Amino acid sequence: MFDFLEGYDVLGAFWTTVQLTLLSAVGSLVWGTILAGMRVSPVPLMRGFGTAYVNIVRNIPLTVIIVFTSLGLSNIFGVNLGAADDFDTKFFRLAVLGLSAYTATFVCEALRSGINTVPVGQAEAARALGLSFNQVLTLIVLPQAFRSVIGPLTNVLIALTKNTTVAAAIGVAEAALLMKQMIENEAQLLLIATIFALGFVVLTLPTGLLLGWLGKRLAVKR
Amino acid sequence: MTEVSVAKDAVAATDDLVVLKSVNKHFGALHVLQDIDLTIAKGEVVVVIGPSGSGKSTLCRTINRLETIDSGDITIDGKPLPAEGKALARLRADVGMVFQSFNLFAHKTVLENVMLGQIKVRKTDKAKAEEKARALLDRVGVGTQADKYPAQLSGGQQQRVAIARALAMDPKVMLFDEPTSALDPEMINEVLEVMQQLARDGMTMIVVTHEMGFARSAANRVVFMADGRIVEEAVPDQFFSNPRSDRAKDFLSKILHH
Repeated sequence: MFDFLEGYDVLGAFWTTVQLTLLSAVGSLVWGTILAGMRVSPVPLMRGFGTAYVNIVRNIPLTVIIVFTSLGLSNIFGVNLGAADDFDTKFFRLAVLGLSAYTATFVCEALRSGINTVPVGQAEAARALGLSFNQVLTLIVLPQAFRSVIGPLTNVLIALTKNTTVAAAIGVAEAALLMKQMIENEAQLLLIATIFALGFVVLTLPTGLLLGWLGKRLAVKR
Repeated sequence: MTEVSVAKDAVAATDDLVVLKSVNKHFGALHVLQDIDLTIAKGEVVVVIGPSGSGKSTLCRTINRLETIDSGDITIDGKPLPAEGKALARLRADVGMVFQSFNLFAHKTVLENVMLGQIKVRKTDKAKAEEKARALLDRVGVGTQADKYPAQLSGGQQQRVAIARALAMDPKVMLFDEPTSALDPEMINEVLEVMQQLARDGMTMIVVTHEMGFARSAANRVVFMADGRIVEEAVPDQFFSNPRSDRAKDFLSKILHH
């Protein structure tokens, strides 16, 4: 029944999906945290940039962003991320860049709502000790904000996992691209679709359970 | 308000540490601090009392610039209060603050709370900071709670940790913004005792409080505020037994005859 799978590297494709997800998760977490820092900064220029970035990038369809990294960044501006000749590596890296740039906006907004859950007295006490703005943010406010938004960040991570399928649009050999090829070549539409759907559930379900547990464990008691 | 109408009976200032000169502040239309002049000498304990909304908490918070002021000057140890940045942070490190709601860092243990400022601001090495933190926690009587999180402590214990956290910076002056107002009655004394000990040890203290007993026993001077002004300044005995302004008489008659 499953002999149509022969000759296809399903696991390898999902491994690419996992790599895309993890690298983009790290990228978007870092960039999203910086953006959130900008959005609560006392410097108007930084606040303005953070707000503009989030509101523009968040509202562009991911497909447009991913295709732009390839046709725009790479083809027009010559941004090849250190892999001009190795197409697989180049498009993989461009996809990570696009996914990170896009997902960071959601990380930023989740974090910003987390910052709002930290009582203002926490920051005041930290300022009263003589900590600088950056120290107050990184030592006191953000650690507490992160713990209160593990739930929303889990949503973002699950969405990111599924959004990696958009990378198929620029030919990254991840799960969705392989699925498309298999559907074209084999007469097993339902079975193939089910296998790939299950594959994503296998990736995201444990993520949700694990982070849900972690969120409860790390919750700040007041 | 002119100087004439303010009753000044204070101890003559020899070594001024905190000086406020004609400080004004508005919250929108509300003129919350009106031409405040106040001088606090080294080692002096000044208790600020007054009805709610009289501006006493705001006054306390302007001294380390948690509240900005609209006009006037504040100097600490001869240096004007910086507006922002590193200079302001440095000054704040020298001014200890204790809040009504404790504001212990909720994600850090009691010990980490007391070590944080030493390590990150004073750049003390970790072992020394821990040694000092444990000594301070013992001094305020919560040494056995060092590894717990703030939420696991009672209010009185949390406030004593907050005092230890402020003391860990070796501040020149300590500000107390209604330190016992959020406490259950049976926990008020344990905090007041720590504060009395501090006062005896010669710490310069500005205390906003409703605890008249503390004002009587520990203060060198009582400052009475009403409607954004300093109405009366006097030594405690005189203020409580023989207040001069009608506003103070009225206030005291309401709180002392229960």
